[in-house]
Amino acid sequence: MFAAFLQYLFSGLTSGAIYALAGLGFAIIYNSSHVINFAQGEFIMIGGMATATMVAAGLPLPLAIALSMLASMMVGVALEKFAIEPARNSDVVTIIIITIGASIFLRGAAQILWDKEFHSLPAFSGETPIGVFGATLMPQSLWVFGVSGAVIVALWWFFNRTMFGKAMLGTSHNRLAAQLVGVGVKKVLLASFALSALLGAVGGVVVTPITFTNYEAGIMLGLKGFSAAVLGGLGNGGGAIVGGLIVGIAEALASGYLSSAYKDAIAFIIILFVLFFMPNGLFGKRGTDRV
Amino acid sequence: MLLEISGLTSHYGRIQALKGIDLQIREGELVALVGANGAGKTTLLRCMSGVQPITGGTIKFDGKDISKMSPEHRVGLGICQSPEGRQVFGPMSVEDNLRLGAYRRHGPNIKADMDRMYEMFPILHKKRELPAGTLSGGQQQMLAIARALMGHPRVLLLDEPSMGLAPLLVAEIFKIVEALKENGTTIFLVEQNAYAALAIADRGYVLETGSVVLSDDGAKLLTNEKVKEAYLGL
Ligand SMILES: Nc1ncnc2c1ncn2[C@@H]1O[C@H](COP(=O)(O)OP(=O)(O)O)[C@@H](O)[C@H]1O
Ligand SMILES: [Mg+2]
Repeated sequence: MFAAFLQYLFSGLTSGAIYALAGLGFAIIYNSSHVINFAQGEFIMIGGMATATMVAAGLPLPLAIALSMLASMMVGVALEKFAIEPARNSDVVTIIIITIGASIFLRGAAQILWDKEFHSLPAFSGETPIGVFGATLMPQSLWVFGVSGAVIVALWWFFNRTMFGKAMLGTSHNRLAAQLVGVGVKKVLLASFALSALLGAVGGVVVTPITFTNYEAGIMLGLKGFSAAVLGGLGNGGGAIVGGLIVGIAEALASGYLSSAYKDAIAFIIILFVLFFMPNGLFGKRGTDRV
Repeated sequence: MLLEISGLTSHYGRIQALKGIDLQIREGELVALVGANGAGKTTLLRCMSGVQPITGGTIKFDGKDISKMSPEHRVGLGICQSPEGRQVFGPMSVEDNLRLGAYRRHGPNIKADMDRMYEMFPILHKKRELPAGTLSGGQQQMLAIARALMGHPRVLLLDEPSMGLAPLLVAEIFKIVEALKENGTTIFLVEQNAYAALAIADRGYVLETGSVVLSDDGAKLLTNEKVKEAYLGL
C-alpha cells in the first residue's frame, strides 16, 4: 500500500523536477518579455537528442552534455535574434504564435537531422535500484533531483546576487525604470532565451536515460512545463517549481491509481482548471499589475 | 553647452506631441520646464532619455549628436532620469533599487555613493531592506531621485517630483533639488508646480501643446504677466 504510493511519488517527483525546470524556462522568458515561449519543450528535446547522438558516436558523456547545452543555448539565442527580435513591435499574441511556429520548425529540423526513432542514454551511475521502504528508486532519479536542485540554487544566486541577474529581475518588474538606469533590455531578452534554453537542455539530458527521447518529445514536456508555470502563477519562479512538482506527482498518482491513460490528461486538466478558477495561479500576483 | 535640443519633434501615432522644441542646458544650471497637463513635458524627457522615438530634430550632448543613441548608452554618458510616477522597482529592496541606479558604473565606490545617499535621505537607510513598493509616495520619490543620482548624472532629469505629495513633502523635495544645485549638479526640472519650480530655477521654459511659448530667467518668468495669469493663478 504505502510502498506503491511511495513508488508513484518517486516517479512523480522525477518527472516533476523536469517540469519544474521547463516551467522556470517559461517564467524567465515571460518575465523579460511577457511572451509565452511555446518552443520551450524543444529545448528539452534538443538537449536529450544531441547528447544521445554524441554519446552514441563515442564522445565522453560530460563533453557530450556540455556541447548539447551549448547547442541548445545557441538555438535559444538564434530563436530570439531571428524570430522574436524582428517582431518586437508586434503585439504579444503575434510573438506567441511565432514561438509556436518556431517549435514546429525545430521539430521538423530534428526529424530531418535525426530520425523518428527513440534515442536513449545510459544511466549516469548504473541501474542498480535502491530500495526505500519497499519501493525502489533508480539512481538516475537521484541525478534528476540533484541536478534540478543545483540548477535552482544557481538560478537563485544569479537573480539575487549578481548585478545582471538583478537587472533582469528589475526589467521584469519595471521595464521603463530598467531602461532609465541603463539596463540594455535587448540584452536581457537575449539572455532570458539563452538561460531558458539552457534550463531545458539540462532537464532533457538528465531525464533521457529514464524516459528516452525523440524528435517530438518536446511537445508533451513543453505542455507540462507550461501547466507548471500557470499553476504556480506565470512569471513566478518559485511557483513554477512547486507547480512542476504538483503536476508530476498528480499525473503519477493518476496513472498509478486510475489508469495510465490519464497520465497526459492531468496537465491539460490543470491548465483548464487554473485558467477558469484561478487565473493568477497559486502564487501569482493579481493579473493587472504585471502588465 | 551641455545639452542642446533643436527642432525636436515626436509623435504618438498620428498625434504630434512635440512640435519643434529648441532648448539648451548649460553645465551647473537648474533649468525648469513648466506647462499644463498634456503639454508634452514627459514626452520631451522621454525623448532626452531615448525611450521615446523622435521624428525630427536633434539632441546634442557635449556637442555630440546623441539622437540615435540607445537609452543605456545615454545613461552611461550621465543622462539620468527620475521619471514621472517614481517608477521604483516595487518588489525589490530599497538597496537593490540604488544598486541598479549604478548599473552602468563599475568599481568599489558604489558603496561610498550609497552611503552618501543614505546620509542625504536617512529614511532610505532605515528602510533599505524593505521592498521599495512599501514606501510612502514621498519616500519613493526620494528613492527615485537617489537612484538617478547613483548613476553620477551630468544632467539630472526630474519629472514632476512633487506630484501627488502633501505640501510639507513638496517643500522638502524642492529643498533637496536646491541642495543638489548648490552641489553643482546640472538639473532639468519638469513641473506643473510652476511657482516653486521657477522660484529656484536659473532659467525656465514654458511649454504649451508641444511648443515652447516662453523662455527667460526664472525670476523674470515669475513676474511675467502671461505666466502669472496662466500658471500661477495670480
Ligand atoms: N502613450 C501615449 N499614447 C498616445 N498619446 C500619448 C501618450 N502619452 C502621452 N500622449 C499624449 O501626448 C501629449 C503630451 O503628453 P505628456 O508628454 O505626457 O504631457 P505632460 O507630461 O506635459 O503632462 C498629450 O496630449 C498626451 O495625451
Ligand atoms: Mg507628464
